[in-house]
Parts: sequence; structure tokens; C-alpha cells
Amino acid sequence: MLLIRCPYCEQERPEVEFSFAHQAHKPRPEEAGEPLDDHAWARWVYYQKNIKGVAHERWNHAGGCRKFFNVVRDTVTSEIIATYRSGETPPVEESRVEGEALSFDYEQAEG
Amino acid sequence: MTQEFRLPAGGRIDRSELLSFTFDGQTYIGYRGDTVASALLANGVHLVGRSFKYHRPRGIVSAGVEEPNALIDCNVTAAEKGTREANNRATFTELRQGLTTKSVNAFPNLNFDIGAINAVMARFIPAGFYYKSFLVSTTMWHRLIEPVIRRAAGLGVSDDVADISRYDAHYQHADVVIVGAGPTGLQAARTAAKSGARVILVEQDTECGGSLLRDPVEIDGMDADLWVATVEAELAQADNVRVMTRTTLSGIFDHNMLTALERVTDHLDIPEADGDLRPRMRWHRIRAKQVVLATGAFERPLVFRNNDLPGIMFASAVETYLQRYGVKTGEQGLFLINNDMALSAAIKAKEAGVEVTVVDVRSESTGPYTERLQAMGVPFFTNHTLVEAKGTKRVKGAVIAPMNGDGTAIAGELQTIECDFIGSSSGYNPIVHLHCQSGAKLDFDPATACFVPGAPVSATPTISAGGAKGLFSLNDALLSGADVAAQALDAIGLAHGEKTVVSASEEAHPGSLHIRHLWLLPSDKPTSKGGKFWVDFQNDVTAADLELAVRENFRSVEHIKRYTTLGMATDQGKTSNINALGILSDVLGVTIPDIGTTTFRPPYTPTTFGAIAGREPGDFLDVARTTPMHDWHVEHGALFEDVGQWKRAWYYPKPGETMHAAVDRECRAVRESLGILDASTLGKIIVKGPDAAEFLNRVYTNKWMKLGIGRCRYGLMLGEDGMIMDDGVSARVAEDEFLMTTTTGGAAGVLSHLEDYLQTEWTDLKVYLTSVTEQWAVASINGPKARDLLAELCEDVDLSPDAFKFMEWKDATVAGLPARIFRISFTGDLAFEINVPADKGMALWTALITAGAKYGITPYGTEAMHVLRAEKGFIIVGQDTDGSLNPYDMDMGWIVGKDKADFIGKRSLTRKDMSEPLRKQYVGILTEDPKEVLPEGAQLVNLTDAPTTAAPKEPVPMQGHVSSSYWSSAAGRSIALGLVKGGLARKGETLVVPMPDGRNVKVTLGDTVFVDAVGARQHG
Ligand SMILES: [Zn+2]
Repeated sequence: MLLIRCPYCEQERPEVEFSFAHQAHKPRPEEAGEPLDDHAWARWVYYQKNIKGVAHERWNHAGGCRKFFNVVRDTVTSEIIATYRSGETPPVEESRVEGEALSFDYEQAEG
Repeated sequence: MTQEFRLPAGGRIDRSELLSFTFDGQTYIGYRGDTVASALLANGVHLVGRSFKYHRPRGIVSAGVEEPNALIDCNVTAAEKGTREANNRATFTELRQGLTTKSVNAFPNLNFDIGAINAVMARFIPAGFYYKSFLVSTTMWHRLIEPVIRRAAGLGVSDDVADISRYDAHYQHADVVIVGAGPTGLQAARTAAKSGARVILVEQDTECGGSLLRDPVEIDGMDADLWVATVEAELAQADNVRVMTRTTLSGIFDHNMLTALERVTDHLDIPEADGDLRPRMRWHRIRAKQVVLATGAFERPLVFRNNDLPGIMFASAVETYLQRYGVKTGEQGLFLINNDMALSAAIKAKEAGVEVTVVDVRSESTGPYTERLQAMGVPFFTNHTLVEAKGTKRVKGAVIAPMNGDGTAIAGELQTIECDFIGSSSGYNPIVHLHCQSGAKLDFDPATACFVPGAPVSATPTISAGGAKGLFSLNDALLSGADVAAQALDAIGLAHGEKTVVSASEEAHPGSLHIRHLWLLPSDKPTSKGGKFWVDFQNDVTAADLELAVRENFRSVEHIKRYTTLGMATDQGKTSNINALGILSDVLGVTIPDIGTTTFRPPYTPTTFGAIAGREPGDFLDVARTTPMHDWHVEHGALFEDVGQWKRAWYYPKPGETMHAAVDRECRAVRESLGILDASTLGKIIVKGPDAAEFLNRVYTNKWMKLGIGRCRYGLMLGEDGMIMDDGVSARVAEDEFLMTTTTGGAAGVLSHLEDYLQTEWTDLKVYLTSVTEQWAVASINGPKARDLLAELCEDVDLSPDAFKFMEWKDATVAGLPARIFRISFTGDLAFEINVPADKGMALWTALITAGAKYGITPYGTEAMHVLRAEKGFIIVGQDTDGSLNPYDMDMGWIVGKDKADFIGKRSLTRKDMSEPLRKQYVGILTEDPKEVLPEGAQLVNLTDAPTTAAPKEPVPMQGHVSSSYWSSAAGRSIALGLVKGGLARKGETLVVPMPDGRNVKVTLGDTVFVDAVGARQHG
């Protein structure tokens, strides 16, 4: 069971107080004023990076301060590398373990 | 009764305390300090079980937790109901006065076992038998194969009543947790203790000492007992150290969250006397900064023909029974070994007066133990194989023969040696289970032919020491214990003093194993002919089974495990896995590390469910949320339905009334006069701030900016994918405040969804959300008399239809209570939802019930609510929708604000697929026979596809399904709602619902409103 430091409460708390939300840093495209075609929109809605390695994730301190914040987690070892507040720049870049491409090739996957 | 195999002296048992116990109905005597297994062996009982598949006679093979054969059920008499426990290992079950036990898998009894017929049928039950049987017809499986297997197979018998014992939970934090209190763990604990760190030392055994309990070697100039006692005293002095015996560390989870099972009272003669408040077990959850694994090693057996006969056991087990329990395994022992260490057992046996022969598979045997045995005049056969063990219910002898140079075949005369037990050793496996549970990998060490711990995982750090690390010499282990503790302290930045260095007496142990690994001993016939070579005793997996799996092209060890059932069940392959890998490596022609191991999962040993449940079984399992009016519902005979964590009144049957009759009565009351529903469970969220209206505008599909204060509006909430996720009515309380309601089950998810957008996407919006679900109690009065009743209790609000319109709300005083009245309706009838502060809920409810008596006010539950809303075609999110339906699918295009700049789901709704005409769409479904009520979930097919038999061979294309279905008195017939492909354009069409009983029920698609289509009633 993970120990996660909430960057708002500034405390390391057990996993049961938190809930995983989704991939971090995936803003709504419409907000950016970029109209997307159906294909690109569907990618945004349905595809997740699903990184094996260091990933940026959004979590919610659901049983605590109710704040959403970001976590840099190694999905292989479950090491929490860093946590930071929404809107802040990730302190560590994402990376996949050796042999895994950094970004998923949607075109290839969709044939 | 005589304990004829008990030595006259020695061992750690307390000979002053005689204990009687039963095994399969027979009474035996043992001593305090015995396990059931040691007491049985003292009485000459070797045959203790039947194997899982073939019902072969099986004996005790180990002296510890790894035991695959000697499984017993405990507390088996009728008087002990509620305390019975299945599948305990006799080798790990402490003896107590009056303990009752029973073997497993034997029918009708151990000595005459009808299941042994399976053994005759053995060639018909090869590897993969279960999977192959699935491929024959299902009829044959159900009628023939499964009943036979169920009867013959299966392990112990569970209690058929609830567990009556008490269990506790305990939470702890520690700097260093040390697992295992053998010489290694004790040395680690000493070093850690001196640093001032919070240390927990966990030992599954009844006392500290580990291998010293079996082989009491002098350490630090003291005899073993004294040394252990000295260390224990030292640890007891340190108040930063806790030593927990009879405690099994069963699991390591992320970030070193450990679970440990402490057995508190099982070993006591009267486990739970009156007034004894001790729990039977405690389940510890320990968060540790560092974990030292000093878990030791398991011996593994050599694999030869008929190696499963009772009397054949691990060499170290023979030694343990002699030294710890003062029990001789037999009178004539043959030791079959491939390493130096195992010869210790032969020496002890010889010293205890047992006639000993050694068969050493190595070409040379030269270590200090060999020399001692030869000096004692023990016959010693090197470079020999054990061709076959002889006997039926007990080993009677062994056929041995010299081998060729590479140990692949026999090369010489067979000779038979008489023996009544065989102590076998193929080397040792470090106990790496916890290491692997932490996520760390293993390395293969060819010198000792075993897997040793690889690098630890940074997020869940553990450090292995001693035998668990593959250090099999006692002096190496003692050194590594102290070293590893210092390493653990360094890692968490705690200073450690001087390491305590001790050593064992020089001649005690050979320096290394000098192992020769022969995974399968050569015989005179191949593995598939004659007696079997057993690899996994508990699952009856043989060398021939493994070879067959490889012939059938299984390659991955994970697949072979599942195909052959290798390493499954209660022992999880503790004794069998490495031998199996060795055999597979020979057959596949690849190295053992290239084959890899199977996954080690928690718990390390079987764990009582009751201990995990602790004090939270039954009603305490989960939070039960009840409304302020809950007690009234209980008093008035309501049955309850779980909606999320809420207990909602389902219906209120009168004495002798069926559910159908009660629901029908409740529905009619609403339509004809007056009904009352407890609606307190609906989610309620205050949306407050200057941008509250803008926020609602973005999270609902329809428009909210211009909703007037005092007005209510229904809203539909979508996900970004355009699919319906929730619905509810929101009211404008003030220019900057709305009260939003959500579905009962969706409340928490909706709040989280809204917070996510506010906190991360629309951070510029000035809005706060506050859940007030539990701050309000809500009584919803429905029916033609609703206004009349409310008028009697409310004087400060004009309730006339023109003054208080449908979809308005007002502050009011109702029955003297401060209230908000919402004129909204989920039944389609005249309705008022009266909200009062939660603590006034019961007062409001009873006032309404009392005043409503003259109108025959009828409380109704969620079932009637479902019927009433279905009569109006109102959807229930999650019943009529399933996350794949958009507003157009539900014929609710009217609620989509197409000209709004944005709302969640808007972009997805414009995708072509979202308006595809053949999507499943929401329709009413009427059966040809108005009395027929369709089952919910029933499938609809085209008339032309109607099946002609109950079980058509070919699948029929599905057109849709029934999502809601009820009897409706108001409609005078059955009604149903459902989703049908292109349904909106197919109203009037006749389809067919094939029923499980083979009937085809004709139905007609139509509108979703069955009562009061113009909506006059709710506006009345
Ligand atoms: Zn927090």
C-alpha cells in the first residue's frame, strides 16, 4: 500500500485516503482553442499513455483535503518520485523503461 | 498410546506434561512442545493423508510450514462447531490437551481409501486432465467427470457455521522489521537494537533459535540454548525492540506495508475460557522503513521412483524430529543426499541408535561429516542412485545401483537395502518469498543450485541475510545478520554502534555444500513406466507430467504450472518448484535461470480469513448510511435495499403481503390519493460563487444562466465521451448559489468529477462546492392529495397552483419546522419535496404521517418509486443507461443546448457515430399479453429471427434489451422500457423476446410514457 505525500496537506498519508484520477497534464483541447477533427478528438478522449516507467498521474486526496494534485510515479516499482500541486511544472520528466517507445504510436495501433 | 519411537531423553519437549489428542478418532499421547506431526511420529504413525488426485498414501515429509502432505482439519467434533479449521499443517500445529484432528482427502478412511481407484486409473489422469476434460461435451463434464472428481478430490472440510472466535487488528510502525529469529535474525536484531531504532523481530515459530532448535551448535563459547537466552535477554532489556513469536510475516506490499498473523490462543488447552478477552489471532499491519529478511532456507528432496511413500522425508526433518522432539523416525534409516550439509542428520540418527546407510549421488564424498560417518562405520555408497523405493503404506526398502559418470543412467548391479525411512536432500532453497513479494527479482547461483535474492526494489526495500541469501554455513550467516542490520540502519540514516561479531564452533559445519545436482535420479525404466517420480506431492504432479506438458509444447513455466497444477494449493510449491524447474531445464535443454520462476504471491502461508476480517465482519464490514427517518421505516416493517452505502426503504409489506401486492398497493396510493417517500439519500451539493451559473452551464447539457431565483431545472450530466453519467434537479437559491441534486449512488463520483474540473481545468471560475447530502432530510409527498396535506401543515406559503408553480421552490415553515419546499416530481403526479435540517427529519415525517392519515397516506419505497417513474418514462441513470448511451439515444435531444459555447460532452456529441441511426435507442415495450411481465435484461430479436427451440444451435442477432419492467396498475397492464437498435424509428414494430423456458413472447415497441401522456397531473 503506497505512501503518498499530499502537496497541499504536506504530509505523507496512506493510499486509502487517495483515489487515482487519470493521466496528468492532459488538458481539454477545446480549452486551448484548437479545434480537433473527430479522429484527434477521439484520441484525446479514449487513449491514455499507459506508461511502463516514470509516469505523471493525477490523484485526488479524496479522504483528506479533496485537492487534486500530480504524482510522478514509477509504474514498475510503484516508487513515488515526486508529488506537486496542480498547475505546477513536473519536477521529473516521464520516461519508459528500456525497449519501450516514449510515446504510443496511435496510427499504428489503429492500423 | 505408547510413544514407542520417543527417545528416552532429549529434545525441547516438556516430558512432565502429557497431552492426549485424537487423530481420525484414535486417541494418542504426546508432550507439551510437540507438534501434531512429532506426536504422531512418536507413536509410529507415518500414514497421515491421501494425495489430492490419486489418493496415494502419504506421510509426513517435513517438520515445518512447507509441509505438502500432512494436512489435518482441527477441532472436528460437533461440540467444537464454529472453531473448526481445515487444512492445517500437522508439522506446524502445536499440540494441546484435547486437540481433535482429522486427515483430509481420505474416504472412507485412511487405510481403505476408495479414491485409490484413481491410482489404478492413473494413466487416464495425465497432466492437463482438467483442461482436456473441458473440451469434451459439457454434458459429459456435468454428469460424469465433475461429480466423480468432486467426490474424490478436494482438501479439508470447512465449518458450515460462522466462525465464533474473536480476532483483533493491530497497527504498528517500525524503523527495522527483522523477519526470522534464527541465528541470523538474532544477530541482526542485536545490532539494530543498539542503534535506538524501533525494531520488531518477527518469528513464526514458538520460540527463537531457528536452525539451532534442530542443530544446537555452540556459539560464542556458549551452548546454543544459553546463547539464544542471552540474546533474548539483551533484546528484552531494550525498550525499542519488540520480539513477536508465533507470528508469521505473511505479506510485503508496496512501500513496505507488512502483514503479520499472530497466533495468540490456539496452543492453549482451553482456547477461549469465559472472561479471557484475548483474541484467537491478531492481524498486524506494520509500516516499516527497512525490512531484514532472515527467513532461512527450505531443504528440497531428491526425485526418484516412488519417492512419495510414507517414511520418506527430508533429511533435515529427520534431524528435527530427533533433536527438537526426541523422536526417532524409524529404526533403519537410509540417507539419500547430494551435499555435505545434509549428512548432519545421518550423524544424529546414528548417534541416536538408528541403523544408518548413506547413498551419496556424488562421485566423491570427502567433507568432515563424511569422515565422521565413515569413522562411525556407516555403510557409504557414493556415485549411486536410488532406483526405486519399495513398500505400499510405508517404505520397506530401497533399490540402489551405481551410476555412469554423468549420472544419467545406472551402470551396475541393483541391490536392495532394507529401511523403514529415507532422509533425502537435494540441497536448499533460500526462502525468497517475501523478497519476491516486494517486487524484487532472483538470481540463480550455480554453485549452490538455487535462486538467491537479486537487487531490492527501491520503493519497497528489503535486505536478505543468512540462509535466505544463500549463505548456508552458520558462521557466514551470523556475520551477515549483523552486516545487514548495519546496512539497513545506514539506509535510513541511523547511526549504529559496533556490530556484535560472534562465531560458531569450528568443526560444526562444512564450509560449503559441495552439491551435485541431479534433478531426476536415473532408474532402470523411463519416468512414464512403472512407479511414478513425484515432484509436487500436494498436487500429484510427476516428472512424467512435466515431460508430457513439454511434449505438448508448453514452454513458459507459468503455463506449465497451470497445465499440470504444479505448485498450487496450500503449500504453493515450497518444496517442489526448484526440482520442477531442474527437470524442465533438462527436458527443454535450457538453463534454469532462462526458464525463470513462477510468481510468489502473499500470503506466505495460509491465513485465516477471520483474522483478516478482524472486528469487522457482518454489519461492521462496511459503513451503513441511514436517513434520519430510518428507525420509522424499521418499525413499520420496511425491507431495505442497498444503494451505494445507503439503506433505502424498498417496500413496506403488511403482514402476509407479497412484494408484488405491497408495491402495487403503494403505487395505487400515489396515483389515487397520497404517498410519501424518504428521499433524503439523494446527493445534494451547494454550488456557490460568482461563477456558479456559468459552472452549471458547463457541466450540464442545458442552459442555466437565466434560471430565476426560486426556480428549479432538470439537468443531464455527460462525461467527455458524450455519454450520460448522472442527472438531477438543481435549484437556484441566490444569484450566486445553486443547490444541485445527484443520484443517490452517483453523489460521490459527481462531486469528484466537478472538483476535478474546477481545480484543474477551469481554475479561473470562482466556485466552491460543498456536499450537504447529510445536512438535509427530505420527505417527498406525491399524489392528488399532496397539496391538501401540505396546506394543513404550512401556513406561511400560498400553495395554490398559480402562486407555487411546478418546478419552483420556496422557504416555508412546515409543521413548525424551518423548511424548503421544492415542487418537483419524479412520479409525474402532484408532488412536493419537503427539505428540513436533518435533525428535524423524523419530526417532519411523523407530522406528515399523522396529518395524512385522513388521506390514507401510504409510505412507499424505492420499488414503487421505480414503477411510478417508469409509468412516466423517466430514466434511471445506471439502470436504463449503462455508460454507452448519449442524450439522443434516450430521446432527450431537447435537453442538449446545441448553441451553447461548450459543455462537457458537447464535442463528442458532434461525432458522426453519436447520431448513427442504428444505435440502441430508448423505447417503450408492450407485451402482447398484458399480464406478462418481462424479465429485466431480456433480449429482443426480430420476428423473423425468433428461435424455434429453447437452445438454438446458431446465435440469433440481438436487437436490444429490456432495461426496466414492471406491473403497472395505473396502466392496467405490464410495462417495460428498453434499448433497441434504431428503436425510435421502429415504434409500432413487433419483436420477439425469447424466454428461458422456450416461449417466444411477442412485444410491440412504442412510446416511453404509459400514464398521463400530456403531463397534466404533475402540473395540477
Ligand atoms: Zn491533502
